[in-house]
Amino acid sequence: MERTVLIANTSNMPVAAREASIYLATTIAEYFRDQGYDVALMADSTSRWAEALREIAGRLEEMPAEEGFPAYLPSRIAAFYERAGRVRTLGGTEGSVSMVGAVSPPGGDFTEPVTQHTQRYTRAFWALDRTLANARHYPAINWQTSYSLYSAAVAPWWAKETGPDWQALRDAAAQILEQASRLEQLVRLVGAQALPDRQRWILDAARLLKEGFLQQNALHPVDAYCVPAKQVALLRFFVELYQSGQQAIESGAPLTRIRQLLDVRRLVQIKETVPNDQVDQIAHMLEELKAGMNAMVPAERKI
Amino acid sequence: MREYVGADRIEGPLVVAEGYGKAACGELIEVHADDGVRLGQVLTTGEDLVVAELWGETAGLQPHQLLLRFCGETFHTGVSREMLGRVFDGLGRPRDGLPPPMAEDRVDMHGAPLNPTARAYPQDFIETGISAIDGMNTVVRGQKLPIFSGAGLPHNELAAQIALQARIADESETLAVIFVALGVSHDTAAYFQQRFEESGLLARTAVFLNLADESPLERLVTPRVALSLAEFLAFEHGYQVLVLMTDLTNYAEALREISSRRNEVPGRKAYPGYLYSDLAEIFERCGRVRGRPGSVTQIPILTMPGDDITHPVPDLTGYITEGQIVLSRALHREGIYPPIDVLPSLSRLMKNGIGERHTRADHPSWAGQLYASYARVQEIRAISVIIGETALTPVDRAYLEFGREFERRFLAQGAGQARSIVETLDTGWEILSLLPSSELTRINEEDLRRYYSGKLEGRISHD
Repeated sequence: MERTVLIANTSNMPVAAREASIYLATTIAEYFRDQGYDVALMADSTSRWAEALREIAGRLEEMPAEEGFPAYLPSRIAAFYERAGRVRTLGGTEGSVSMVGAVSPPGGDFTEPVTQHTQRYTRAFWALDRTLANARHYPAINWQTSYSLYSAAVAPWWAKETGPDWQALRDAAAQILEQASRLEQLVRLVGAQALPDRQRWILDAARLLKEGFLQQNALHPVDAYCVPAKQVALLRFFVELYQSGQQAIESGAPLTRIRQLLDVRRLVQIKETVPNDQVDQIAHMLEELKAGMNAMVPAERKI
Repeated sequence: MREYVGADRIEGPLVVAEGYGKAACGELIEVHADDGVRLGQVLTTGEDLVVAELWGETAGLQPHQLLLRFCGETFHTGVSREMLGRVFDGLGRPRDGLPPPMAEDRVDMHGAPLNPTARAYPQDFIETGISAIDGMNTVVRGQKLPIFSGAGLPHNELAAQIALQARIADESETLAVIFVALGVSHDTAAYFQQRFEESGLLARTAVFLNLADESPLERLVTPRVALSLAEFLAFEHGYQVLVLMTDLTNYAEALREISSRRNEVPGRKAYPGYLYSDLAEIFERCGRVRGRPGSVTQIPILTMPGDDITHPVPDLTGYITEGQIVLSRALHREGIYPPIDVLPSLSRLMKNGIGERHTRADHPSWAGQLYASYARVQEIRAISVIIGETALTPVDRAYLEFGREFERRFLAQGAGQARSIVETLDTGWEILSLLPSSELTRINEEDLRRYYSGKLEGRISHD
C-alpha cells in the first residue's frame, strides 16, 4: 500500500466523477513518471467508464452511436491508452507508465464496442474465459485467444535471465495446447479411446500444462507468486516431459506404462511444493522422469 | 413548507405546475385531493416550471382542484427497532392494521454513499444451511449476492428458506431479516408472510410489500425505505441484517416505465442509461463500517427474462454485486431442489469467510476441486451424448457417476432441511471419493489422507 495510489469511485457515487477518475489517475501516474518512476496503472473497469460516458451523453441528449455509446468513444479510448509509454525526463532519467485496463463486456461478448476499440489501441490482450472461470481455473486467461505483440521485445530479457531456450519452450508449449484443442474436437466425436497413443499423450501433456503451469493458486503461500526462473523451469519440465514421452511412444513403449510412471497429482502440485528459491528441484525431478522413460526405449533405438 | 392550489396539467404520474418556482430537485411533495393525500417528488425544477411524479394513482384527479404542498426536504422515513415484526407498504406505512411504530430517527431514504475507506472488508460466514451455497458459494457478512432465476423456478422457496435458516456463528449477535417485495403478486406476498409466521421468526423480520398492481413509482421508493431501516439497525444498533429483495426485474421495469414517461433517451432494451447507477444506489447500501459491529447483507432476487443472463438487468447487477447464484431450469426439471447451477454461480468474497478460522481448513481446496470436477463432468456428458457411455474411459465413467451423485446427494436437499457446514463438507468428500485420487489435483496430500476414502482407487486402470 505504501507504493500505491488508489482512486476509488464506487458505483453509487456520482457518474460524472467516474468519467473523471480515469483522467485523474493517469495524471497522477504521469507526475510520478516525470520523476523517473516506472508506474503501473490499473483501471478497473474501463467498461464502467465507457458506461459513464454513455450515461452522460444520454443526459446531454447527444446522438447515440454503436450500442448507445457516443460516437467519440473510440477517440476517448485511444486518448487514454496513448498516455502510456516510456519517456526521457527533463532530469535525464527514464520513466514510464504501463497501463492495464480491465474491460468487462456484457455477457462476455468480445465483439461489443468497448472491447473492439480497446483492442485496436493496445498490443497485448488477456482474454478471460467463462468456461475456465466456471471450472475455477485461475487465472482464467484463455491461452488461445490471448496474445502479446511484445513477446519478441522481451525475448532477449528472458533469454538473459532464465536461459536461452525460453522462446523455444514457449513455442513448444503453445503447439502442444493447439494440437490438443484440435484433438479434443475429435474426441468429442469418436472418444479418447479411439485415438492412437501418440495423440492421447498430447492430450495428457496438455492437461499437465494447463493444471500444472497455466493454473495458479492465488491463495497458496508458495504458488501465489512464481519467480521467472521457476516459471521457465516449470515450462521446461512439462515440455521436455512431453518430448521424452513422445520419444518413448515412438519407439514402441505403450502409453499405459508411461502413465504408470507419472503421479499426476504430484506433478501438477510441483508449483505448490517447490518453493521459489529451490527451483533446482524441478530439474532433478525432470531428470528422474526422463531416465524412467528412457528406460522404456529399447537399447538398439536409443540415441 | 409552501402550499399552492392548482396544477396546470397531469400527464400520467407526472404533475406539471407553472409559475411556482423555488422547488428543490427531489423535494417531497404532498398532493391533497378530495379522496386523500398522495406523496411524490419533484423531478424537474426551473425558473417557473415544476414537474413532480406522484407515488400513487392519478386517475380521477383534476389539476385545478389540487392542493400542492412542498415539504422543503427530500423523502425522509422514520426508522426504529420496533419495526421488526411488522408489515409495511411500499412507502413504509403500516399494512398490518396496527398504529405506526414510534420513530427513533428520521433519515433521508437515499442514504449517503459511504467513503470507501470507512468500509470494513466483508468477512465472517453466514450459514444458510444450503450445501450449494454454504459449501461452494459462501455468503459472508456485508456481501451482496443476488439470485438469478427465471419464471417458474423456485426462487421464492429458496429465498424463504434462506431467511428462515440463516444463522451466524456467534450466538451473542442478533440477526434481523428485512424482506422487500417489489411488484410481486398477492399470492407470493401471502406465501412469504405465511412462511415467516409459521416459523415464529416474524419477530426478527420487517416486511415491506409493494404488490404487482400497486404504483410502479412507489416501487422505486420501497427498496430505499427498507435499506434505510437496514442501515439504522446495522450501524446504529449493531444488528446483523439480511435484506432479501424480490424481484429486482420488476423494479427495473418500473424505472423503464417512468423513464419513458419522462421522455428520456432510451438505452439498451429501452432501459434508461442510468439503470446501472440507479441499481448501484441500491446494491451499494450494503457492507460493514469500520468501528461498528453491525452489517448489512443483501440477497436480491431477479428473474432473467427468457433466462437470458446477458439481459441488461442481470448483466448490470452482476457488475455491481459480489457474485451471483444462478438457478438452472434443467436441474429443476430433473426434480433437484434447490436447482442451483454451481458453475456460473460465484461468491467473490467467499475466500474471506471460509478456511481454518471460519469453517474448516480443507474448505477452500475442497470447493475448488468440486468445481473443477463438476466442470469436467459437463465436458464428458457432452462427449457421451455422441459416442455413448460405453465408449468412455473408466475414469470418464467415474466422472459421470460423480456428477449424478453430486446432483442427487449434494445439491438436492429438502425445503426445510438445514445442513450444517460440517455435514456439507463431509457429503462433498464422500462424493469426491468416487473419483480416483489422481484426478484430485487441487487437494493436498494431508487432506487427501484425512478425508478421502477412495473406494474406486484400485479398480480404475490407467487406460
